[in-house]
Amino acid sequence: MAESMPVLTELTPELESFIEEWKDKPGNLVMVLHKVQQVYRYIPRDVAFTVSRKLGIPLAKIYGVMTFYHYFKLEKPGEHMISVCMGTACYLKGGDKLLAELQRLLNIGVNGTTEDGKFSLQSVRCVGCCGLAPLITVGPDVYGCLPTDKVAGIVDKYR
Amino acid sequence: MGKTINLKINGLPVTVQEGTTILEAARKAAVKIPTLCWHPDLDAWAACGICVVKIEGSPKILRACVATVEEGMNVITHDAELVEVRRTVIELILSSHPKECLSCLRNMACELQTLAAEYGIREAVFSPRVHNQPEDTSTTSIVLHPEKCVLCGRCAKVCQNSQGVWALEFLGRGEKTRIAPSADVSLENSPCIKCGQCSAHCPVGAIYEKSEEHLVWDALHKDGLYPVVQIAPAIRVAIGEAFGLPSGTLTTGKLYAALRRLGFKAVFDTNFTADLTIMEEGSEFVEMFKNKKEKLPLITTCCPAWVDYLEKFYQDMIPHFSTAKSPQAMLGAVAKTYYADKAGVDPKTIFMVSIMPCTAKKFEISRSNEMFSSGHKDIDISLTTRELVRMIKSAGIDFNNLSDEEADSILGEYTGAGTIFGVTGGVMEAALRTAYHLLTNKELGDVNLTAVRGLDGVKEAVIDIDGTPVKVAVAHGMVNISRVLDKVKAALAAGEEPPYHFIEVMACHGGCVGGGGQPYGTDGEIAARTKGIYKDDEIAKKRCSHQNPQITKIYAEFLEKPLSKKAHDLLHTSYTPRSEYRW
Repeated sequence: MAESMPVLTELTPELESFIEEWKDKPGNLVMVLHKVQQVYRYIPRDVAFTVSRKLGIPLAKIYGVMTFYHYFKLEKPGEHMISVCMGTACYLKGGDKLLAELQRLLNIGVNGTTEDGKFSLQSVRCVGCCGLAPLITVGPDVYGCLPTDKVAGIVDKYR
Repeated sequence: MGKTINLKINGLPVTVQEGTTILEAARKAAVKIPTLCWHPDLDAWAACGICVVKIEGSPKILRACVATVEEGMNVITHDAELVEVRRTVIELILSSHPKECLSCLRNMACELQTLAAEYGIREAVFSPRVHNQPEDTSTTSIVLHPEKCVLCGRCAKVCQNSQGVWALEFLGRGEKTRIAPSADVSLENSPCIKCGQCSAHCPVGAIYEKSEEHLVWDALHKDGLYPVVQIAPAIRVAIGEAFGLPSGTLTTGKLYAALRRLGFKAVFDTNFTADLTIMEEGSEFVEMFKNKKEKLPLITTCCPAWVDYLEKFYQDMIPHFSTAKSPQAMLGAVAKTYYADKAGVDPKTIFMVSIMPCTAKKFEISRSNEMFSSGHKDIDISLTTRELVRMIKSAGIDFNNLSDEEADSILGEYTGAGTIFGVTGGVMEAALRTAYHLLTNKELGDVNLTAVRGLDGVKEAVIDIDGTPVKVAVAHGMVNISRVLDKVKAALAAGEEPPYHFIEVMACHGGCVGGGGQPYGTDGEIAARTKGIYKDDEIAKKRCSHQNPQITKIYAEFLEKPLSKKAHDLLHTSYTPRSEYRW
């Protein structure tokens, strides 16, 4: 792979003004990274580099923070994020079976993204509605009390 | 003087200054509290949990590296419970550590191994959970072997806080935590300047010098090659440590002898080309000072880690960089030209090895086309002090009992000015001794320019040269350089006269005596080695580079005069901006 110098990315005006606002405040890095992820859905490497220059924070430190918090994503996620709840209730009700079925259907592992960029799959801790166990979420949509054989139909809706 | 505190360590009374840590207080009472993540060069950060102690009357367990003393406390450093806690910590670390001690580069020089031995660890209590992680061998100088990492953080701390480079950081969390360059790049594509401080501070074999002894052995055993060697100033005051001699012991004569026994046909001294560097760099400075003031400040370039840093972080200052090569590079260039001619040796057959206190010197030998100025690779291999130690040991050489020998005369004679290149302030002092002569045609009365000596991160001085003030600054420990260069940049941007005429920079704390390739140490070695260097200067017959008769000779016979065309072709280099990251 040919290596080249990282380039400074042109940020959205919203992000620029957010960085400007937070530039000199303590705790700015996490705030800015949150905003970056809101805008891009993940933190692209060139954007992290750009943020590093704008805030005067070494890129290594930024990656230390980005990789410490599970929340921050380094890879571009699929268009639809499928989250399988593995909280205690969902787990006992067969959350692991839903996860296995989704891996089979999408042909990706946990934290993977399908080649067409449509879906990403992750397992999450309690979503907070144990009465609906077992459940998955696709983007903002919640599918509760879900039998394994219904998973394929749900996935198809988003294809 | 602050308040003093009276306390007891295992019942033994000790008096220390307020603010002293329990760890330091215990040392005063001749009690050794074991450590792993702690290192005297770095801020303590209580990561490993080996240095646990208790205070009589309290059930709490404290970490001695960060807990400070209090009046009247009785510290318990060793009892059944504490020993058990430490054993558990060691066992847990060992459970994620490969059991490759016998074939590890740090075998017999590993802090974890020592702890396991001292605490009598005999069995693996916890099931092994070594994470398979690939080695990073991308740089010329350093190998990162994360599988062996104990996550003490010393490499990252020294890289970030002492060097200001930030090539390494903790990535991930929990069990998946690892030390690595950020952004998924290799060390080569990271800001790493190859100074090797990480390798000198690692307690285990997780990050180390790229070991190249085998290449040198091959050359020594190969017919038709003419192996020659040079030793840097800082080696002679440090290598003795590896053979049980006190830090700072001058072992120049033994080193020459050991190198001959290894099979080198000629033994040169980098101090000779340190003198040569002064002639070139000193003349460069004098020329600017007299005729091209707008080009000042002149910045020294003997340190390849600093060169790499500047090319990455201070690209706009490149025009101020001295074009004189480092003494290592100059010796390679003149060995394969001048020496080859005088000794009647075909330069193609000369295999030039340099012994350096430094891992970045491995990078320097191929950093640009000018490193091939003799028409060959000027330096074939650059070894660190630690690699030479292993070679001497494996060759069965009883170092301490060697009789002193001399270096080969042509490229071996040196002055006190050459030897002080090994310490912070030394290049500046050496340059000023000669600059004084070049500017005034007189000799300096007292050559000891103490204002530029010492271990302060930045030293500033105004040196009077016959009524003309020369303003100089000396920085060491890479993180300190911004304090000097930012001032220069601000002045230049404002169109003002820069605050200094001449700036010396060395990447490592203390200069080359504290180089990343030096013997491992956790106990004030740098100050002792520095003393050794100044002693070598004091006992030298000549103290100024221009007084070196061999220097006079090489100019008369070969180089003509400082900054001549020939000198430029062989002894000077250039600089290019480099990217901090590449992906």
